[in-house]
Amino acid sequence: MTDSSETGSYPSSWKKAPFIKNSFVRWLIIVGGAIYLAAALGTMNIDLERVKEGLPRAQRFLDSFFPPNFSDNRGVLWEGIAESIWMAIISTVAGIALSIPVGLGAARNLAPAWVYLFCRGVIAASRTFPEIILAIFAVKLFGFGPFAGFVALSLGTIGFYAKLLAEDIENSSASQAEAVKATGANWFQWVNYSIQPQVMPRMIGLSIYRLDINFRESAVVGIVGGGGIGATLNTSFSRYEFDTAAAILIIIILIVMCMEYTSSFFRKWVQ
Amino acid sequence: MPASTNNGIETWRLRTSKEQWIRWVCWLIGIAVIMYAWQMISEKTVWFFVTDAPTQAADIGSRMVPPKWSYMNKLWKPVWDTINIATIGTIIAMAIAVPVAFATARNTTPNIVVRTIGLFIIVSSRSVNSLIWALILVFILGPGVLAGTIAIGLRSVGFCAKLIYESIEEIDHTQVEAIEATGASGPQKMIFGILPQVLPTIAGVGIYRWDINIRESTILGLVGAGGIGLQLNGSLNTLAWTQVSLILIVILVTVFISEWVSAKVRGAII
Repeated sequence: MTDSSETGSYPSSWKKAPFIKNSFVRWLIIVGGAIYLAAALGTMNIDLERVKEGLPRAQRFLDSFFPPNFSDNRGVLWEGIAESIWMAIISTVAGIALSIPVGLGAARNLAPAWVYLFCRGVIAASRTFPEIILAIFAVKLFGFGPFAGFVALSLGTIGFYAKLLAEDIENSSASQAEAVKATGANWFQWVNYSIQPQVMPRMIGLSIYRLDINFRESAVVGIVGGGGIGATLNTSFSRYEFDTAAAILIIIILIVMCMEYTSSFFRKWVQ
Repeated sequence: MPASTNNGIETWRLRTSKEQWIRWVCWLIGIAVIMYAWQMISEKTVWFFVTDAPTQAADIGSRMVPPKWSYMNKLWKPVWDTINIATIGTIIAMAIAVPVAFATARNTTPNIVVRTIGLFIIVSSRSVNSLIWALILVFILGPGVLAGTIAIGLRSVGFCAKLIYESIEEIDHTQVEAIEATGASGPQKMIFGILPQVLPTIAGVGIYRWDINIRESTILGLVGAGGIGLQLNGSLNTLAWTQVSLILIVILVTVFISEWVSAKVRGAII
């Protein structure tokens, strides 16, 4: 709070306290941000002519979106959706199965330093590359189809799930772990009876959340050839069947909405 | 405490018989679903290609080293574009997300209709991937950085608005009441009572999303929406594997730096 009146009298007006207190840092951020924005917008070559040309096209485009065509002319719509769902389920399961050892290894309180560093490296690599890039390589290696998507999504799951699992293990209470260790438990018993019960509820919630993400991602790995509804969507875009594309987008949104509600319900139920 | 009696001796068990049975049934259903899913996937797989994968991997791997470092000269501009797509996209997203969040939060929403519309905006923005947004926008705006920026912006609205409206719902009401007691109007209550409480969250969410957006904007080029993905796609299509490996290294470094910056800034804010 700063008062703007002269000394000796009560402040008669009030100014809102700034968000960043240090005025030098504040001005540095404002000026730096302005310079950056000018530079960024300057190099973006926004072609206004093209945008102007595109607007009527957008109108026509949106018109051709409606009404959405659910009639499924080529008979691939529901097949694509089913494929996406199966792909999401199996890749979540496989991804979690792979994440558990990595996550255990990446928890500082369980693993020796070299295992820790190795597992953290795996997580960082998996987190850095978006699922699409993983999918491109999976398609190169395994050929077109849902198997490539499955591999890409499973690898993508590791970065997410193992990281959160490791963090959860690191935050778990050490006294419980000690109590179990004091009974003479071996390493596996120790993990199973002291660590696992502490992290389980959150991990179940997260695996449902990841299923949700994998379904959403499975809608795009198809664009690079990884199977699922994305392949159907991409085909309908390139065949200019925008009404089918609209139907697919609406179905994706509805399924994601359903999954979001179920997953939040499940998470409440588990905790 | 559940126990089983065996020859008159009570032994401790973790679960009662009923719980045990429910668990078995759940596992059975779960495994059946997984097996069925696996069967559906494997039906559509050409197994010859899968068994061939190690050879292919070795082949591609050998073609990828050493990375073609001289290609870096042509990558500075795409990297700059990628960062711009993420930054300006995040700014667009935040500009839309903050009003949407205020319209959606239970304690600031004008009425139930607006709240439903807000929730619908949030869900639809979140469920459509940025690549699909980009695919649509490239049709409308033409290929280029602009389409990518707007795609990132639209995609991020849902994420940011969701986190912001949840934090608006969790604010301390006594402060708002205090402002109200001075005779403040509705907008004044928002600016002086609610906004200061959620400002750290807004800034934190923005930075966090920026970090995610850097990662997402690296792939937008695949559908022609600018950034380093354009080079990646070109190099993949021309089978220039040494360029591909250099691009992957550049993406790795960019993402690491952005993650570090984001963590530092969020640490300073919160």
